[in-house]
Amino acid sequence: MNIVFLVVQQTMFFSIPLLIVALGGMFTERGGVTNIALDGMMIMGAFTSIFFINQMQGSMSGQTLLILAILIAVGTGMVFSLLLGYSAINMKSDQIIGGTALNMFAPAFAIYVARTLQDNGVQQITFTNTFRIPSVPILGDIPILGGLFFKNAYITTYIGFTILVLAVIVLYKTKFGLRLRACGEHPQAADSVGINVYRMRYAGVVISGALAGLGGLVFVIPTSTNFNATVAGYGFLALAVMIFGQWKPLRILFAAFFFGLMKTIASAYSVIPVLATASIPSDIYKMVPFIATLIVLAFSSKTSQAPKAVGVPYDKGSR
Amino acid sequence: MRKAKDIMLSDGANNAFSSLFAIFIGLLFGFIVLLISNPSEAVQGFTIILKGGFNTNAKGLGQVLYFATPLIMTGLSVGFAFKTGLFNIGAAGQFIMGAFAAVYIGVKWTFLPAPLHWMVAILGAALIGGLWALIPGLMKAYLNVHEVISTIMMNYIGMYMANFLIKATVYDSKKALSMNTAPSSVLPKGGLDYVFYNPLGNGKDLSTVNSGIWIAILIAIVMYIILNKTTFGYELKACGFNKHASRYAGINEKRNIVLSMVIAGALAGVGGALLYLSGANGRHIKVVDVLAVEGFNGIPVALLGLSNPIGIIFSAIFISYITQGGNYMQTLDFVPEVIDIIIACIIYFSAFAFLFRSIVPRILRFRKDKAAANAEAEAASIGAEQTERREKE
Repeated sequence: MNIVFLVVQQTMFFSIPLLIVALGGMFTERGGVTNIALDGMMIMGAFTSIFFINQMQGSMSGQTLLILAILIAVGTGMVFSLLLGYSAINMKSDQIIGGTALNMFAPAFAIYVARTLQDNGVQQITFTNTFRIPSVPILGDIPILGGLFFKNAYITTYIGFTILVLAVIVLYKTKFGLRLRACGEHPQAADSVGINVYRMRYAGVVISGALAGLGGLVFVIPTSTNFNATVAGYGFLALAVMIFGQWKPLRILFAAFFFGLMKTIASAYSVIPVLATASIPSDIYKMVPFIATLIVLAFSSKTSQAPKAVGVPYDKGSR
Repeated sequence: MRKAKDIMLSDGANNAFSSLFAIFIGLLFGFIVLLISNPSEAVQGFTIILKGGFNTNAKGLGQVLYFATPLIMTGLSVGFAFKTGLFNIGAAGQFIMGAFAAVYIGVKWTFLPAPLHWMVAILGAALIGGLWALIPGLMKAYLNVHEVISTIMMNYIGMYMANFLIKATVYDSKKALSMNTAPSSVLPKGGLDYVFYNPLGNGKDLSTVNSGIWIAILIAIVMYIILNKTTFGYELKACGFNKHASRYAGINEKRNIVLSMVIAGALAGVGGALLYLSGANGRHIKVVDVLAVEGFNGIPVALLGLSNPIGIIFSAIFISYITQGGNYMQTLDFVPEVIDIIIACIIYFSAFAFLFRSIVPRILRFRKDKAAANAEAEAASIGAEQTERREKE
């Protein structure tokens, strides 16, 4: 039973960042901009916020510090995403090339700044994890459920679920959501009824930046004690989660948990009795999430429900 | 004067201008980064970047060519896929799998005689690299999986797979690197050892550059001919421009997508072979969980070279040149990653290239049109005067 708890808790740690970042990706793509730079945005968000924690942990700790770090991660992601918006929306350049540039920029920037600012030119930024909640009051005492979801948890897990609920409401129940979706499906039609397509697309990009930046922090905190300018390809996995989730929030939740489980198998196989005795090298386990992604994409892409205008720069003058 | 303007208006010149502009902005940005992080040494550091390989004379230039060799190959890989309408981000995985194949053959197949050994190793790398790209190709053609996502996944799978295979077969656990390949599998120097060395007492301090650079240039020329002078290349490009139109024209577009990917993968794989078949002084594969940087740098190389195989040779040498400069810059208090920042910046601005391609000619043409209009107006007024005179008479 302890193993089940451990696997579920681990799966949470891996799934929640995927969920948050994939929802971010959903917002840009629903608005009509491909965001391949999710990985870079995660790195930027994680970098600034972890660096903040690293600097401030002498005077603060616990949830206050974490919440401030979250705000910084969100802000960084938003600012960084403006670069994608400028290239994809104003300059109408190839969105994949622009995104690739950001993906290359982020780790280089993180390493450069870390090595310039830290003593001895170290690129890893260490932090002390004071954010784990051993047991949520009252809820943690519920038998089984408490053990699964409310012990050894992080506040970020609940933020993730809150974002999911908000995403569903914003996308399907508000004027903004309807307009955003219109810009991703048929921007000319949206423009013809007076919606500012550029502004809507910027909104989508900035939301994805905010969520990706947050996702970067959420990924690093429970799974590591230092940040080494990488999020292990998580931004790309999130992109796959979004496609597997067919650009729909609830399906993305399901997809994120599927991948989270795969990732848990890859990283925690040594404590799972059946897998630990199988004597398969760790490199093989590390491949599992990526192979699973390929297989899942093979089955889900044929009937893809991607927004129609995604990846196509909107040009008012074009017919 | 007019001729100069016509050259300025040509597509090739415009493209070259947009690349140079991107490079200029990238370098400028890099300089600003240096200036912010260490104002007193920024100029000195930037000079070292610009001096690139020249910092260590002939040997340094040889090193520039040595590290340009894999970049030419991965650049060709990305550029060739671009030309056929595919975005191959998977060069990193194809590169490292090709590298493993080459090193494996280089270490284990010692029964082969000298020239044959390295040739077989290169072919093996091409085969495995191609195989690594075959999967995304098939998935793109038959299952509608976007090649960007699938090649990224193949990058990670390739990285872990190569680590696993190296550890299992050709691992030198003392150095935590791949083993030295057999001497018969090392690429010959191809005459370059007479040029790229620094004198060291009575002997030579040789650069690691070898005939790999000749092979890479040769392959680039072959790719240029295939793309521009053959029906096969034409068909591949046609699929890139418009899949549906080429199907209507009787081209098997699914087959062409798969073929394009496989060729692109083979090119990247050969890049791995050319880098690592360079003897004991050359590079060895590091067993770390980091994607091969040569693979990702194929993207800026291809973009700066405008996917033209000949342009790619020069852009690869350029990227390798400033990367060397970045390494030398560590003698000051600078971090070499500034080069990656510059490269990222160059890609970002080269994505704007479309803008420059459309605006610069428009301005020039506008002036030209204006001049033409003035001339016409003059001619008209002269004509009008003449008729007036005639009427008076």
